Amino acid sequence: MAVTAQPALDAYRVRADFPIFEQTIHGKPLAFLDSAASSQKPRQMLEAMVRFYETSYANVHRGVYELAERATAGLENARERVATLLNAPAAREVVFVRNATEGINLVAYAWGLSNLGPGDVVVATELEHHSNFVPWQYVARRTGADFRVLPLDDSGELRLDALDALVGGGRVKVVAAGIVSNALGTVNPIETLARWAHEHGAIVVADAAQAAPHRTLDVQALGCDFLALSGHKMCGPSGIGVLWGRAELLEAMEPFLTGGHMIRSVGLERTTWGELPHKFEAGTAPMAEAVGLAAAIDYLEAIGFDAIERHEHELTAYALGRLSELPWVTTFGPPLERRAGIVSFDVDGVHPHDVAQVLDFEGVAIRAGHHCCQPLMRRLGVTATNRASFYVYTVREEIDRLVEGLYRVRKAFS
Amino acid sequence: MTTGEFDQLYRELILDHYKNPRNHGLLDPADARAEGQNPLCGDEIAVTVRLGAGDVIEEVGFEGRGCAISQAATSMLSDLVKGRTAGEVALMPKEELLNELGIPLTPVRLKCAILGLGVLKLALHKAKGTPLPEEWGTAAKDLVLD
Ligand SMILES: Cc1ncc(COP(=O)(O)O)c(C=O)c1O
Repeated sequence: MAVTAQPALDAYRVRADFPIFEQTIHGKPLAFLDSAASSQKPRQMLEAMVRFYETSYANVHRGVYELAERATAGLENARERVATLLNAPAAREVVFVRNATEGINLVAYAWGLSNLGPGDVVVATELEHHSNFVPWQYVARRTGADFRVLPLDDSGELRLDALDALVGGGRVKVVAAGIVSNALGTVNPIETLARWAHEHGAIVVADAAQAAPHRTLDVQALGCDFLALSGHKMCGPSGIGVLWGRAELLEAMEPFLTGGHMIRSVGLERTTWGELPHKFEAGTAPMAEAVGLAAAIDYLEAIGFDAIERHEHELTAYALGRLSELPWVTTFGPPLERRAGIVSFDVDGVHPHDVAQVLDFEGVAIRAGHHCCQPLMRRLGVTATNRASFYVYTVREEIDRLVEGLYRVRKAFS
Repeated sequence: MTTGEFDQLYRELILDHYKNPRNHGLLDPADARAEGQNPLCGDEIAVTVRLGAGDVIEEVGFEGRGCAISQAATSMLSDLVKGRTAGEVALMPKEELLNELGIPLTPVRLKCAILGLGVLKLALHKAKGTPLPEEWGTAAKDLVLD
């Protein structure tokens, strides 16, 4: 591994920044192993939002008075902050939305409805979260385009060798793929997919919801055309997400939501649209949420994304090792080298719901279900899995408690 | 785990029904049948029914995959409804089944517990036109298409 300047992450120190861990659950300290669904919040982010509400709050872009200017600065600084995080060429390419799902829908509707039609092919992967699957399936149906799915191999990795067969006489227009799978932790080769897509004249829509919290992202190096993420999974507040898109594409697109703020001029007959990013930000913006997101990014960058990735890699190695001690547990997903901090597993003969319930009695929070990945569940031949996921505040003891809990599950149901 | 909490939710009777489900296996032929899923957690249940004179339920057979609560509740239900008419079961309040289960349930687990009852009502509706619960609203229409 390359030598990096970032010191190793001290999860105990990080943990002290998160007020949620100050309580007990069912009389036990909280072992929170569900950060892939949403992360917990550091005090630094919470305080930034409170400070904004207490000192700088007014509607943005409208008033000429001091408070409105402070609020506008808060929102626009956050946009700059996100642009830097993603290495975006320009901050006006950063559109604030509610979450990754809304960002992807924005592209599916505003780009898809006017650029797709019969003879076109839309490609999503069998690994996708419903967020980057259903909008494409739906818009393909509405426009008469073909919706095709890139299959997986048995360890949950994309079958790039099957790409060419997907073309099948059509024109590939969109390739929709996640950077990191929320269900298996698979890290996908987006650069390779993007090269293939661009050779075929298609755009690439990258779902970064599960990547942005954990690793450095560079939209220019990835080669994607759009990228969506959610603030709530990366120590930020709920209610804010980001859609990044290449300026020339965003400029050529119709708007998604219309109304206040997104216009240049409104006439009785016709309305013209505002400049980027405002064209895609109808209505009052999530201002305090943007300030919170910027504070969350500051927080994560102060720890360092390399350190975060290393920490989660070590935890994942530890978890896979501990789970392999249990012959009645099956893990799903790719080898450690191509896996983020997510472990999906099955306990022989016990439904994930029961597993998660018994673990909850132990104060251990994991996710049980289809993880919004029903096509993947079908591929794995299950209706649901158990999933443990790790983040900056995760410590080994939590994984030990998971394993102890699993022994109890086994005892209770066998 | 405080034994209390575990025992409350997975009391012995429930584990017994889960591990040894009553009326397990689908009936063929059957007078009514339906399948349903709890999309949240992927519980699946299929129910078949044989009806006698006056649409009295004579036999119930079910199969499913899912959590202990969903499978045990359906097993209990299958005993509970034998001898009742289709019309009575259509109007059976979910509280009756929940009482039988006798455990405190969170809203998520409640859906698991009443899945079998919903599928049974759907089967009777499809076969005999008995009413579906009002609170199902328009969702019922989608279910009937199954
Ligand atoms: C990979 C992936 N994509 C998209 C989403 C959707 O995120 P949100 O619900 O915040 O829109 C999630 C969240 O579960 C996810 O894990």
